[in-house]
Amino acid sequence: MNIIREFGTAEFLFILVAARWTILLTLASLAIGSVIGLLIAVMRIVPLRPINWLALAYINLLQGTPVLGQLFLFFFGFSIIGIEVGAWAACVAAFSLYTGAFLGEIWRGSLQSVPRTQWEASAAMALNYGQRLRYVIIPQAVRLSVAPTIGFIVQLLKNTSLASIVGFVELMRAAQLMNGATFSPIPIYLTVAAIYFIICFSLSQVSQHYERTLHVPR
Amino acid sequence: MDYQFRFNALERYRDELLEGVLLTLQLSLFTMAIGLVIGLVAATMKLSKNKPLRSVAIAYIEVFRNTPLLVQLFILFFGLPTLGLRMSANEAAVIGLSMNVGAYIAEIMRSGLQSVRHSQIEAAMSLGMKPYQILRYVTLFQAFKAAYPALTSQFVLLVLMTSVVSAIGGTELFHAAAFVESRTFRSFEVYLVVTLAYFVLALFFRASFAALYRIIFARRTSR
Repeated sequence: MNIIREFGTAEFLFILVAARWTILLTLASLAIGSVIGLLIAVMRIVPLRPINWLALAYINLLQGTPVLGQLFLFFFGFSIIGIEVGAWAACVAAFSLYTGAFLGEIWRGSLQSVPRTQWEASAAMALNYGQRLRYVIIPQAVRLSVAPTIGFIVQLLKNTSLASIVGFVELMRAAQLMNGATFSPIPIYLTVAAIYFIICFSLSQVSQHYERTLHVPR
Repeated sequence: MDYQFRFNALERYRDELLEGVLLTLQLSLFTMAIGLVIGLVAATMKLSKNKPLRSVAIAYIEVFRNTPLLVQLFILFFGLPTLGLRMSANEAAVIGLSMNVGAYIAEIMRSGLQSVRHSQIEAAMSLGMKPYQILRYVTLFQAFKAAYPALTSQFVLLVLMTSVVSAIGGTELFHAAAFVESRTFRSFEVYLVVTLAYFVLALFFRASFAALYRIIFARRTSR
């Protein structure tokens, strides 16, 4: 009797289907992270020093610590404050804050590369600060931010593989489970690498395309 | 919330944690050095006129930049032994990290090299400089100056990224943290202390690199 399974079509499909959790984790973190990121980006540029510092501290803290550390702190931190959540919620929370810091910094750069004269012109048209941001500055900044934002999504998607370490079953964890059953690490991990590569490489190409077409200096 | 924080439980393991910091620094510096060599070679290959060389460089850069480090480490450490190529966790960590960071450095150095204007090289030639002198004093110097900010922030990212090698059992700060956790069961406290230690390292390196930039580049090229 052979207790070790072969790596066949069923095993391949198990891994492929687990990729949906990688994508879902990325999308969920991206959705919450964009809200945080927009808030942080605006907090970085408003003419109010304490608010600027607060946003800067947030960015530095999240960009200056390892994602793995952030994941562990959320994983163990939730139970400390008495909330029992699974690995999924801990991972979404950690990756959302992480995304917020990076998108905040990317979008601040885009907001600040809109020429000053646009602020002055919109002030001259008697728009208040919120209206200037909403109708004049942000629409122009969005164009500049597309390429680096997609570039960051690639980084985020690759980093979600770390969720496997705290036990969340996404692509990488599914591969480890399958490796336990079949013990054929080379085909399994090459399959996983190929799946990550196909998604990330396509996104990178899209990002480079936008960099060429949208990021034209005026 | 009735959780009792016990940071003093970690007191006994201060040496283990400090050694973890040293191992992390060692691993980061070592892999950065190898990564710089790999990156410079790959960048030169990508800019060369030889098509096969260029394709190899592009394939290397794209594969390593578009797959997670964790997967790369697992292939090295768990995959290769089934093909008869066995290595220790730390060897796999060094190889994986330097190959990974090398791909990023290649792209940084490529854009650095491309930012050196051709007129600079012509000017150096008209001064009678030999090709290696042009490479050493004109092209590489200016390429490094242009690449410096990106290179140094890549190094800070590398320091943070070394934490991932704990997943295959490489010995560094996170590995030390897991050890202390297994002895004390103070998971949150251990990971908080360790995460903040990385933060201190990141701040320290950022400040040092900014100071270093002024020393190396600002004085010689401001006029």
